Amino acid sequence: MLLQKYPKEVKQILAKYPPEHKRSAVMPLLYLAQREEGYITKAAMQDIAQLLDISETDVASIVGFYTLYHDKKEGKYRMQVCTDLPCALRGAEEFLNNLCGNLGIKVGETTPDGLITLEAVTCLAACDRAPVFQTQGPDGIKYHENMTVDKTMELIEALKKSTGEAK
Amino acid sequence: MAHVLLRHRDIPDIHKLEVYKKNGGFAAFQNAVTQMKPNEVTEVVKNSGLRGRGGAGFPTGMKWSFIDNKNWPHYVVANADESEPGTFKDREIMEHNPFQFLEGVAIASYAVGANAAYIYLRGEFWQIAAFLDEKIAEMEAAGYLGKNIFGSDYSLKIYTHLGAGAYICGEETAMLESIEGKRGQPRVRPPFPPSYGLYGKPTIVNNVETLTNVPLILANGAEWYKSMGTADSAGVKIFSLSGRVRKPGNYELPFGTTFRELIYTYGGGVQDSRKVKAIMPAGASSSLILVDDEKVLDTPMDYATVRTLGADLGSASVIVIDDTVSIDWLINKTVHFFRHESCGKCTPCREGTYWMSHLTERIHEGRATRADVDLLLNVAKQMQGKCLCALGEFSTMAVVTGIERFRQDFDKVVKSNS
Amino acid sequence: MAKQVTLTIDGKQVTVPEGTVVADAAKMAGIDIPVFCHHPKLEPVGMCRMCLVEIGRPVRDRATGQFVMENGAPKIQFMPKLETACTNKVEEGMVVLTRSQKALEGQRGTIEFLLTSHPLDCPICDKGGECPLQNLTMAYGPDKSRFLYNEKFHLDKMVPLGELIWLDRERCIQCARCIRFQDEIAGDSVIGFDERGRATQIVTFSDPAFDSVFSGNTTDICPVGALTTSDFRFGARPWELQAHASICTQCPVGCNTTLNTRREAKSGGRIVVKRVMPRQNEDVNEIWICDKGRFAYHYTEGKNRLTRPMIRKDGKLTRASWDAATKLAAENFQKAKKNFVILASGRLSNEDLFNLKSLAEHAEGKAYLYSHMGGGELTSLVGVGQRTNFGTMGAGTTIVVVASDLYEEAPVWYLRVKQAAARGANLIVMNARETKLDRYASFTVRYAYGDEVKAVSDLGKKGKIGDSFLKSENVVILYGSDGLGVSGSRAVASACAKLLNENGFTGRPNNGLIGVWGRANDQGAWEMGFEAPEDLAKALKGKTVYIAGADPAADDPKLAKALEGAEFVVVQDVMTTATTEIADVVLPAQAFTEREGTLTSGERRVQRFYPAVPVTGEAKADFAITSQIARHMGIVLEGTSVSAVFDILAASVKSFEGLTYAKLAEVRPQWPIVGRSDLYYGGTTYENTQGMGAQLSAAAGRGEKVSLPRVEKEAVVRPKEKELLAVPVTKLYDRGTTVLPSELLHQRIGEARVVLHSETAKSLGVEEGQTVSVSFNGVNGEAVVKLSDAISVGVALIPRSMGLAIHEPAAVKVK
Ligand SMILES: Cc1cc2nc3c(=O)[nH]c(=O)nc-3n(C[C@H](O)[C@H](O)[C@H](O)COP(=O)(O)O)c2cc1C
Ligand code: SF4
Ligand code: FES
Repeated sequence: MLLQKYPKEVKQILAKYPPEHKRSAVMPLLYLAQREEGYITKAAMQDIAQLLDISETDVASIVGFYTLYHDKKEGKYRMQVCTDLPCALRGAEEFLNNLCGNLGIKVGETTPDGLITLEAVTCLAACDRAPVFQTQGPDGIKYHENMTVDKTMELIEALKKSTGEAK
Repeated sequence: MAHVLLRHRDIPDIHKLEVYKKNGGFAAFQNAVTQMKPNEVTEVVKNSGLRGRGGAGFPTGMKWSFIDNKNWPHYVVANADESEPGTFKDREIMEHNPFQFLEGVAIASYAVGANAAYIYLRGEFWQIAAFLDEKIAEMEAAGYLGKNIFGSDYSLKIYTHLGAGAYICGEETAMLESIEGKRGQPRVRPPFPPSYGLYGKPTIVNNVETLTNVPLILANGAEWYKSMGTADSAGVKIFSLSGRVRKPGNYELPFGTTFRELIYTYGGGVQDSRKVKAIMPAGASSSLILVDDEKVLDTPMDYATVRTLGADLGSASVIVIDDTVSIDWLINKTVHFFRHESCGKCTPCREGTYWMSHLTERIHEGRATRADVDLLLNVAKQMQGKCLCALGEFSTMAVVTGIERFRQDFDKVVKSNS
Repeated sequence: MAKQVTLTIDGKQVTVPEGTVVADAAKMAGIDIPVFCHHPKLEPVGMCRMCLVEIGRPVRDRATGQFVMENGAPKIQFMPKLETACTNKVEEGMVVLTRSQKALEGQRGTIEFLLTSHPLDCPICDKGGECPLQNLTMAYGPDKSRFLYNEKFHLDKMVPLGELIWLDRERCIQCARCIRFQDEIAGDSVIGFDERGRATQIVTFSDPAFDSVFSGNTTDICPVGALTTSDFRFGARPWELQAHASICTQCPVGCNTTLNTRREAKSGGRIVVKRVMPRQNEDVNEIWICDKGRFAYHYTEGKNRLTRPMIRKDGKLTRASWDAATKLAAENFQKAKKNFVILASGRLSNEDLFNLKSLAEHAEGKAYLYSHMGGGELTSLVGVGQRTNFGTMGAGTTIVVVASDLYEEAPVWYLRVKQAAARGANLIVMNARETKLDRYASFTVRYAYGDEVKAVSDLGKKGKIGDSFLKSENVVILYGSDGLGVSGSRAVASACAKLLNENGFTGRPNNGLIGVWGRANDQGAWEMGFEAPEDLAKALKGKTVYIAGADPAADDPKLAKALEGAEFVVVQDVMTTATTEIADVVLPAQAFTEREGTLTSGERRVQRFYPAVPVTGEAKADFAITSQIARHMGIVLEGTSVSAVFDILAASVKSFEGLTYAKLAEVRPQWPIVGRSDLYYGGTTYENTQGMGAQLSAAAGRGEKVSLPRVEKEAVVRPKEKELLAVPVTKLYDRGTTVLPSELLHQRIGEARVVLHSETAKSLGVEEGQTVSVSFNGVNGEAVVKLSDAISVGVALIPRSMGLAIHEPAAVKVK
């Protein structure tokens, strides 16, 4: 239960919006629900629906619309590489291809250790620093700019270590 | 020349409250709240000739004057969705010059009588939102936000709201729906936000860059602002330069600067010294400017003149295309972007982007005939003027101008036997 | 009246109320603008882009605000882009071109786009023949396809949205009519869109799936074959169907319906009902019906239908002739004299009840109504005035709902009351527990079970609530039997009647009292003078009983026992029941689908229903059977023509004065226009050509002096230690004889249950889903525990007709 788990955050989120429009809190609450597992469970949707006095279908319909919400368990970190036009003009597609080769997975797949899911996404507003990707994980969303495959592999090693330690 | 918007490039640490204050920060807001009536603030902005930097170029002061004073409360929403491919200017402002932006939000709120303002950031700007939250808290602690600001009876709260990966939420009514906790799908307009906005209440939506201009306009006066830029496009603009240039990045320049200056003087010229083949002045939503003649590069960048090239300046996200790029590949890219981002609410956009993507794929993969190219052009035109919001329209711009202005690129890839 | 605006559409001058959208204005003038997402009952969204037209507006001089003239006429400026007719409101002097070259190209473009991802499987689609997409494609679409078929977007074709509604995702054109109906009209936001762009699809996440009693309506307004009912799907083609006007018999709302029938091999060549559809009556149900009305008709065709008269011989029911059976009944009735009792239910028509009541009067017997609720003598006195219509209620009207869960008891009233509240009516919901309607109330009044009368009597004294009530122009009170038996509900009715009468809220349209009855024609029975006895078992014991349209033996073991101890029992019904098992004479009655007649709704509107299918076996209409029995007793009652019985009835029952059978068949033009060849516009709801009915007068409305009985206080049940207060409540889907034969509904009906507050459950040590034993008033049974914190601690809700015979509040032991 979100309210029990993050009472302070939930209260803070609800305080942002007029009480008669508490439905507005659905997006921040979904981020909160996604924080730990990297995806939103059915129970969490139920929970949010109840908190905001809307239907579970309403909540699910929002999860389905926005690409940063996920309803399935995938890698602990989602590595989202921009391959949109401006980045593609600066070698992003090649970068992604090489990364796939190095990781031994295809776009959309997860590394066998469950650490990284590799995705291609649309423009991240970092077109001048291509190749660029963001990681979406337990610690939020972070940008990684002017990347090379080597630097990326180092980052993955570091993530591996830190999650290993966390365990 | 000193920067107006990217002042952090001149003043180190301007993201710190004391530094910002020392450099004149919040004086404009204080002056407005304590010395000016709201409509006087609007009047100054109107006289400055400031136009919206989100893409449509609508006169900002005029928009503020449309706020419906018969219906309360009012809201201000800052558009920090910045999702147009090739645009990355608002981000730099918020990351490095946050207080000037926030002061702009505050002044706009005072001008239209709003006691609450929301900043809608694209979900990817997660860290920026956290950063802004800190800055907002600092402003509250310093008494620039909250109740009885500067001893007046004016009160204001500013909140951030994160999107979650949907380009369409940059469209102002979709953004309002999204803040309301719904799917980010555009509303039918009219009614426009100044009469029916957030929670059905009068609302002013402005782009981050637009708002960041406001404090200095109030501080230095409308005439000062108008003295920069051109008659039709007053002031300065941040040009986000990307694509095949040596030094991509944000360049704050007066309106009327030429493409050549931007690309060669600031951008360091084209990669591998190739020729400029085409320019997209407004990101992926742009028409393709055909650069078949070097003279095209001498066109000054302002709203009116760019239009003479059959394109809109929009958000001034200049993507440079050189002669290594084939336009059939390019439109396949843009169409896929729009297909991915179509919200699905209206038929022409939902079905049209899907259909176009099949055709551009077929063409790009060399499976198409000339007739397929004609069909693509026809489908794109069939979408034009019929969609519920501008996204559908945007998706056709590169397609139509690409085929009409670069037909030879398509002729090269279609099957020869037809 | 709203201000009128005049504009020109395709050269035709049209004058419509201000605020009308162009698409509707055109329709009013007989001009069709094709639409998909637009539905006149829903808020405009302008999303399908089908209704593109050219719109020109007169140019005004900025300084004077006057029209700029050009060649003697206002100068018209057309927009460069096409506009949607469904979102643009009419303006004075506007010029609309719906069939210009440009408009037609726009419309053709939209259809072409829609068809690119439509499967084009019309030959196997249930909607084929009544499909707006099919029709509009013929009229406005392109004649050939430019989209490669193998590039089509494919989605699942057989997706159950629950067990009642199926979705074909490929056929869906994302118009959101279904979602918007559920959000705006039904108030059950249980279906929505998932994903976006071309992948957009309808989903439901509720439990049970598509949890709404209005779900069937979405299949009527879906403009393609995306949504179908499990009942009708793959069952027939629309063009094979015959249409017969009818009235839903499931609740007191009296929704107008159309029964679609066809001859069918599967049913041995018989003509059978294939589906129940709403029929428009803007005064009653608009264009909607609830799922019970749509799906629960199957009892009329059940295997256990009675087909011929039977007489008990040597303890066994054996076949008899009509003459012999009615003669035997008549002899016994005559012999019984004052001990002759008639027990009839509101399932019967006005004509049936009139004949029964006449028989009782002539034979000096008693006529009882089989009802769990009392107070009908009061609705006859201060019932709502003629021309009462929820559709016209808004600001200035107060609607009070007392002791009723309208969503479960009379769904379409729920829907209309909710809509009236949205239009500004002051809604006061009074109940001992939270109900769905609370969400739309301006005020809710919560009382303890047992305090109903006091709560009603105090209403006028209650500060803001009292003011809102007393200052209203009109007041309508709906009272029900939530937690109440016959005497309790009668007491509430009298308190309501007093409140209305004393404050002048009677005898006028949109004023007065409405009973939320258990059956379709209970109000009719009260008008004829039937009474509901407090202790029915006692009233039956040792008597000669003539039962029509009721199954007391199944409902309550005590009643079964009373009947076993009766002198002689004659039962007339459509099917075999526990009561026919006890009977000495059994007489087969026709189902409402097989005959004609009239019913009186809770709003006291008398409406006609018509025969749709051939008669089963030797069954006869109830009024005819009664007449035949009467004849053997030397009493003459009309027995051949319904309309003749109605005329006699209208001449002798005061509230029916002035009505004729023909008058009930009158219709008025209605808005929105539905159900003609242009199904695209309002959906597949049937147009009403067979009658909108007429409202009865009430004593107050006739200017008679109304003298009301004293308001009696109910006796309060006080549970002892280790006991709870059990109260009866009504559930829409119950185990009643007219519901249970529809297997489709079984999942929604569920088993016998007792609803407890979680704290009550905790103190009893029971959990949700556990089976417990329940005993009260000599009734012992089992039920499954359901938890709900919408009720008070210490209370046990027991739904009626769900296996436990509860009639009134009682102390109960739950273990
Ligand atoms: C599909 C679409 C996407 C848009 N995205 C953005 C955006 O990311 N940022 C932005 O400021 N304006 C965006 N706009 C423009 C806004 O709708 C709106 O015009 C703008 O926020 C108004 O602010 P301004 O007057 O200050 O420019 C977009 C418009 C459309 C149709
Ligand atoms: S199911 Fe029908 S009503 Fe619902 S969106 Fe699809 S086409 Fe429209
Ligand atoms: S957009 Fe007008 S009917 Fe759908």
